[in-house]
Amino acid sequence: MKFSESWLRTFVNPALSSAELSHLLTMAGLEVEELDPVAPAFDQVVVAQVLEVVKHPDADRLNVCQVDIGSGTPQQIVCGAPNVAPGLKVPCALPGAKLPGDFKIKVAKVRGIESSGMLCSAKELGIAEDASGLLVLPADAPVGNSIRSYLDLDDQLYTLKLTPNRADCLSLTGIAREVAALTGTPATYPAIQSAPVSAGASRAVLLEASLACPRYCGRVISGVNAKAATPDWMRRRLERSGLRSISALVDVTNYVLLELGQPLHAFDNAKLNGTVRARMAGAGEQLKLLNEQSVILAEDVLVIADDSQALAMAGIMGGEASSVTLETTEIFLESAFFAPKAIAGRARRYNFSSDSSHRFERGVDFGNTLNALERATALVLEICGGQAGPVTEALAQLPEHQPVRLRTARVKKVLGVAFSADEIAALLDRLALPFSREGEDFIITPPSYRFDIEIEEDLIEEVARLHGYDNIPAPAPVGKLAMLPQGEDQRPLFRVRQQMADRGFQEVVNFAFVQEAWEQDFAANTNPIRLANPIASQLAVMRSSLIGGLVENLATNLKRKQSRVRLFEQGRCFLRDAGAAPVPGYYQPWRLAALAYGTAQPEGWGTDGRKVDYFDLKGDLEALLAPAQLSFARLHHPALHPGRSASVSLDGQVIGYIGELHPEWVQKYDLPSAPVLFEIELEAASRARLPAYVEVSKFQPVIRDLAIVVDQQLPLQDLLAGMKKGAQSLVQDIQLFDVYQGKGVPEGKKSLAFRIVMQDTQRTLLDAEIDAALAQITAYLEQNFAAQLRA
Amino acid sequence: MQDLDLIVREAEAAFAAINDPDALEQVKARYLGKSGQITELLKGLGKLPPEEKKTAGAAINQAKVAVEAALNTRREDIRRAALEARLAEEALDVTLPGRGEGRGGLHPVTRTLERIETLFRSIGFSVADGPEIEEDFFNFTALNTPEEHPARSMHDTFYLLDEQGKVAENVLLRTHTSPIQARYMQAHVAKYAGQASMPEIRIIAPGRVYRVDSDATHSPMFHQVEGLWVGEDVSFADLKGVIADFLKSFFETDDLQVRFRPSFFPFTEPSAEIDVAFMSGALKGRWLEIAGCGMVHPNVLAHAGIDAERYTGFAFGFGPDRLTMLRYGVNDLRLFFEGDLRFLRQFV
Repeated sequence: MKFSESWLRTFVNPALSSAELSHLLTMAGLEVEELDPVAPAFDQVVVAQVLEVVKHPDADRLNVCQVDIGSGTPQQIVCGAPNVAPGLKVPCALPGAKLPGDFKIKVAKVRGIESSGMLCSAKELGIAEDASGLLVLPADAPVGNSIRSYLDLDDQLYTLKLTPNRADCLSLTGIAREVAALTGTPATYPAIQSAPVSAGASRAVLLEASLACPRYCGRVISGVNAKAATPDWMRRRLERSGLRSISALVDVTNYVLLELGQPLHAFDNAKLNGTVRARMAGAGEQLKLLNEQSVILAEDVLVIADDSQALAMAGIMGGEASSVTLETTEIFLESAFFAPKAIAGRARRYNFSSDSSHRFERGVDFGNTLNALERATALVLEICGGQAGPVTEALAQLPEHQPVRLRTARVKKVLGVAFSADEIAALLDRLALPFSREGEDFIITPPSYRFDIEIEEDLIEEVARLHGYDNIPAPAPVGKLAMLPQGEDQRPLFRVRQQMADRGFQEVVNFAFVQEAWEQDFAANTNPIRLANPIASQLAVMRSSLIGGLVENLATNLKRKQSRVRLFEQGRCFLRDAGAAPVPGYYQPWRLAALAYGTAQPEGWGTDGRKVDYFDLKGDLEALLAPAQLSFARLHHPALHPGRSASVSLDGQVIGYIGELHPEWVQKYDLPSAPVLFEIELEAASRARLPAYVEVSKFQPVIRDLAIVVDQQLPLQDLLAGMKKGAQSLVQDIQLFDVYQGKGVPEGKKSLAFRIVMQDTQRTLLDAEIDAALAQITAYLEQNFAAQLRA
Repeated sequence: MQDLDLIVREAEAAFAAINDPDALEQVKARYLGKSGQITELLKGLGKLPPEEKKTAGAAINQAKVAVEAALNTRREDIRRAALEARLAEEALDVTLPGRGEGRGGLHPVTRTLERIETLFRSIGFSVADGPEIEEDFFNFTALNTPEEHPARSMHDTFYLLDEQGKVAENVLLRTHTSPIQARYMQAHVAKYAGQASMPEIRIIAPGRVYRVDSDATHSPMFHQVEGLWVGEDVSFADLKGVIADFLKSFFETDDLQVRFRPSFFPFTEPSAEIDVAFMSGALKGRWLEIAGCGMVHPNVLAHAGIDAERYTGFAFGFGPDRLTMLRYGVNDLRLFFEGDLRFLRQFV
């Protein structure tokens, strides 16, 4: 809602500066989003009349003018504007004036001719962009008057950011009412008088959808001059409220809309046929709107129609065919009440909005329908002339604003601050909310312009608002203390993130919507969850994996000359799953993914520059989930190199995957070499273990090394697991400490060296026991893995 | 006797001339070895008359002790010199950079979320979570925002397509974290059903939310933190108290003005916007909108099955992205979502 302060002050004029008034409105919930002066600061510019124009002797484009500035003595001013002409009234900056941009006007010689001032364009005064010539003022502009006061340039423009509940403030009347309540300054409103009925023309109106339109008033005004000029005062108020002046008839309806908040519509009466009716649109009915958009109306759209066709989307926008033009001589003026539910969302459905629909869907004062019609009639007659016919009105059941009870004690419970009943009564009085009292209770009947008072809390807000939110104390809150559960078998997510950071990974946050190609490439997902209204095609589907984002982050950072990139993200992924909870159809697990690229260690003077590989990242992943033991198995994953990727399992369940990016994607996504990455269920990383004590042995451990030769393809994990499983209880630990292929080891074989730790908590081990345990392991390896002992 | 003094002086001189531990042992043999001078003298004691033996023996022993002392001193000197030489040789350029793993870091908004969680946990709030593809019911209806409510147009909502390519019914990307409060209240009520009273609800719910909006100050995905406190005696004044405490704790300053101004949200009544203004710094004196809040609307409580006459509560929603920008002086929201290491590493 935009309006100018000087207009508001014709209704209510509190002794407050613009800044104070703006603060007051903001703190009452009518947020002043912008407060701008109509014109920038300048002074000593007056209305002047050009008396004489003579060509400058030494300059083609300059003229030497004699100008009346109201001082009695004509002034000589050199002017370069193309439109300067004798008789014109224009703004003149006098010597000593300071124009916007710190431009000072002095008496000076221009090409040898003295010039005592400057004739100004609108741009030079900072009030419009037009710099093509002098700002031409009306012929009746009073010479010598300050241009600021003549054009009311000390006015301020307010832009209110109104919340949807305050439809009552979508007019000057409403804002004035609010200012009056807030300041206690009385407000005066435009006097509404019934226009004299001087013609008999009328048109019948009919309510065929009386729930949607319970009140419809109209009247014919004949003999109007549609070409009449809109008066300057009206044009200025409209423009300062952000509305363009269109024609006198349209301007009047817009003016009343702004003044009273009642949207009106003027039809060209000559284009109507028969009875005007408010009805629901028929199936497939079409209408060409004033904005030149042709729409097919849905059956829940209310229309204004005549006997032959739909004329307008009621309360939203008029139709082109029945609109007033400059040739119109007879109008049918509409003022109606349309129910918010019948209007809400309709315009949005057709991708536009209008000042009218904006108001009707929030609620228009249904007690003011006739007044608005009379007010508009008076203005039409004043500006365009003509004769008003009688008002025809169709009336059904208007909304009833139910009385609401407000309890003094409830105010205290909700606000935490006590008001006496008398204090509440005084606040309600200031708000002009009619009430009756029952002891400490108030029964309030909301006025017809308030659609936001339905329950007690709505009134409590009014009390708080008028009292001032700032005046409510902010004590330290008091609550019942209870310790929060701290499950030790859960690792807080922050710790997981911090561990990733400690291992050199930088956290990123990527959009959850991604390009469809990522889903195909990195997840082989040909049926991703698509957005109905994506913001861009590369943000069109919901990710089912975090990998795409990380790969893109890598590419971005490589372009920015980062050579070593380690990233992780923790976020939700989205997959179709009919059985998912809590939202059926959509499984939304939290995942953790990481990517490493470049050297294994930060490049520096003492490192070997080795590139990070699968095993580095695997080490990171194992450390992250330690002490839990992960198991890994060969995996074919669309994102990964088939020979260098593995599924990751914890407690027998697959929790994710790890590997090197598939060479195909390395090429497609323009990466110099392959990053390694993993993605796991975040839940797995947050599992922790409650420690349980095991006795520490007082006896020295026995350590034996064992080297074997096995088939090169044999996965270590199976072998190690088997060894551990089959070993005697005195075997505490088996660790691989060397893998070797090459000289001394047959082709297709590899040598593995293990360190075996044996210990008993109760006694020293005997050599025979040690040898037996080793022999058992060896035999197991020979039998199950065709292992050969290495000398 | 003069002989002995001479031997001691000679030995001392001989030891002093040696720098090598092996050579020193060889020189030692000249005096203390099997046929060394001192040893020979001791051997010769037997030939002396008994009355001279005692004094001569004492004198020779004294000389032996003196030679041994000189030897040990020299040994120690040589060892020390060798150690020093080694230490000098082993010296490093200690100003070379350290080796090893580089440092990663948390996302700046994560830092903020951690701080918010920590602060609210300290006054007994726990953390709740909820789905990001959300049901229309929880995102709007349960929050007193029925179909066609003008407030729905305040949120430009992302909708999804179903597998047939039609706009999916009843689901959307959540436009705020408020649906978590609706879900949490419902679950809380179910948990304590049949009991005379239910414990207070005190939660915060951080998360990513989505709106169709993208420019320098809006991101189609951003963060919110929802807060909710419902109990038998929770008022608007308490809301102001909690928020004021939080903001001063979060920004670690008292040099901060906080104001509450009336606003409108369908799910709270009364409702307020929270503005802050810093008393110093680049944004000095400017009111900055940082949160919306209010008393939970009775219809929202009723939807969750809570007796709105008995229980009241407040809810608030902060924008942690905005808080992060203010706290660290970041001037472009989009930086948070670009994954640029040069930016992110500043928050390590």
